[in-house]
Amino acid sequence: MSEHSNSAHAKSPLKMYFSIWAALLICTYITYKAAFIELGSFNAAVALGIATLKATLVALFFMHVWHASEKLTKLVVIAALFFLLLLLGLTMTDYATRPWS
Amino acid sequence: MPNPIPQPAMPQPAIAPPVERENYLNAKYGVWSWLLTTDHKRIALLYLLSITFFFFIGGFFALLIRLELLTPAGDLVQADTYNKLFTMHGMVMVFFFLIPSIPAVLGNFLVPMMIGAKDLAFPRINLLSWYLYIIGGVMMLHCMLTGGVDTGWTFYAPFSTNFTNTKIVEAGLAIFVAGFSSILTGLNFVVTIHRMRAPGMTWSRLPLFIWAHYATSIIQLLGTPVVAVTIVLVAAERALHLGIFDPKLGGDPLLFQHLFWFYSHPAVYIMILPSMGVVTEIIACFSRKRIFGYSFVAFSSIAIAVFGFLVWAHHMFVAGMSVYAALVFSLLSYAVAVPSAIKVFNWTATLYKGSIHYDAPMLYAFGFLGLFTIGGLTGLFLSALGINVHVTDTYFVVAHFHYIMVGGAVMGYLGGMHFWWPKISGKLYPEGWARLAALIVFIGFNLTFFPQFLLGYMGMPRRYYDYSHMPEFQILNVLSTAGATVLGVGYLLPMVYFLWSMRYGKPAPDNPWNAAGLEWKTPSPPPTFNFDEEPVVTWEAYNYDELDSPDKGAPHKEEVPVAR
Ligand code: HEM
Ligand SMILES: [Cu+2]
Repeated sequence: MSEHSNSAHAKSPLKMYFSIWAALLICTYITYKAAFIELGSFNAAVALGIATLKATLVALFFMHVWHASEKLTKLVVIAALFFLLLLLGLTMTDYATRPWS
Repeated sequence: MPNPIPQPAMPQPAIAPPVERENYLNAKYGVWSWLLTTDHKRIALLYLLSITFFFFIGGFFALLIRLELLTPAGDLVQADTYNKLFTMHGMVMVFFFLIPSIPAVLGNFLVPMMIGAKDLAFPRINLLSWYLYIIGGVMMLHCMLTGGVDTGWTFYAPFSTNFTNTKIVEAGLAIFVAGFSSILTGLNFVVTIHRMRAPGMTWSRLPLFIWAHYATSIIQLLGTPVVAVTIVLVAAERALHLGIFDPKLGGDPLLFQHLFWFYSHPAVYIMILPSMGVVTEIIACFSRKRIFGYSFVAFSSIAIAVFGFLVWAHHMFVAGMSVYAALVFSLLSYAVAVPSAIKVFNWTATLYKGSIHYDAPMLYAFGFLGLFTIGGLTGLFLSALGINVHVTDTYFVVAHFHYIMVGGAVMGYLGGMHFWWPKISGKLYPEGWARLAALIVFIGFNLTFFPQFLLGYMGMPRRYYDYSHMPEFQILNVLSTAGATVLGVGYLLPMVYFLWSMRYGKPAPDNPWNAAGLEWKTPSPPPTFNFDEEPVVTWEAYNYDELDSPDKGAPHKEEVPVAR
């Protein structure tokens, strides 16, 4: 793992980190602004969408998933996403099929 | 004893060399050499001490619960005190004893040794995990001493978020911190098992103990963050009235249960899978046979870890969830029993025509087999929607999960402690006492918990401190309390003779059971870096046929005295 992250770092890691940071701040600002626009139930969707984007950026760059050469890292990422899907999907079997509400 | 492991008739060869060789215990002395150690074996012992401490605390609460239920009237403690007692009992036993028990003690000690590594992949993270556990534990103690919690270990909203005025946030934080210790242990095991296997130690040669810990680690890594987030949400809802679980603010109280059980059902497999790993090792050794269906046992561990995540809503059938979803979860709960059954059948097939030895570890393994099977089968009763409606929230559920968690997980833990004690301490424990203790535990356990199945079936609700409207429940409750006393004696005994053996026990040979596995090919107790030279593995796991074959020079016949 070390060789690879080194080569990624070699391409001016600081610049990369700061630009990701700026992107995150911009996203936060958009979230804030979007909250004042009346979109009905889409407000939550927009907020969640932006949050997902931010989490992805953090995982890819700050947590070095983008440059990971390790198979194990990829396995962990895929497994985590898969289990998140299970959590959301199976929970929705309840919410989507309640005969009341 | 029908057929003991062949042992030398002549006087035993000198066991202890005149000078004690350097090992992980005597390599360094002093408190700091322990508190700052990065040796996985020493960290395992730190964990052993700390979880034993919490086991006593949890046991003390259990004793008070059982004493209260001795009589139908609520006369020993008050209602809110009783609520706190069962809550603190559950929280301590689940989060501070059972979840760390086998992985953090036996797993920490054995995972590197079994795969032929010098240590875990991240020794300092391993130490950090113990400190996190201790910080969480101290927070928990503080919480208990300043009032405790009364929601039950499950923290159900909206009681936990809107109503109770006990120390929810503090207990939640304690569990949050301890959860990270669990995540770090899992992380360490995954990386260690992937990266640090000795040459020749292929995946298909790994002891099944390792497979079980690998599966456990998957659950720890993927499940624990969810419960951590859930706890944060409860705290946030309490402090900021966010409206996540409160319907008045647009939340949904069942969401809490979904999130909580997404972790907490798999968490029951964090407790039982390592125990299954222990039992697999013991059964192979004391039937002197290769495990029947190695790859089925290995992959059923992974299957349990994955399927375990698909069944959580079986804890919510009567909570008001969608009936259609209930149907799905009921079916999936039936499916999760399949990999467990695969294991039970394979263990039984291993015993078949084995040359079985009834040493103490094996007695615990037998106990595990029977009690886990009862626990698992009653789980199927509970997964059936029709039965569940009747017995949910009764003592039937209490009996079910104690058969699994105490009858299964704790039996395995004790069996493992006996099996590897000679390796850990370098001393032999007194075999006669150990068999007696195993018997007492088994009898005490059944006397405590079997009556609870009947009580639940008759309709006694769980978490009630007063059953004076149903005095006919008393006789079974008296039996249960009496059993708990016996069980308590059974647990104290090993504590006493393990301590005794550290001073007075006979020195243990390297391989007292003539067992297969790399951990037995190094001195007892092992040197700090486990192996004097890196082992190279050229044999399959559980090669008992080779170990016992007379033409192979029968190494065990002249090698070492047998512990008994
Ligand atoms: C063999 C497969 C298993 C099945 C099908 C199963 C099924 C169930 C079901 C349906 C319930 C809910 C009862 C209710 O509240 O209405 C339950 C409760 C419980 N089970 Fe299992 N179980 C299984 C294995 C296990 C294992 C291996 C453990 C622990 C190591 C375990 C621990 C528990 C606990 C702790 C509860 C009670 C939770 C609570 O209400 O506080 N179960 N089980
Ligand atoms: Cu469950």
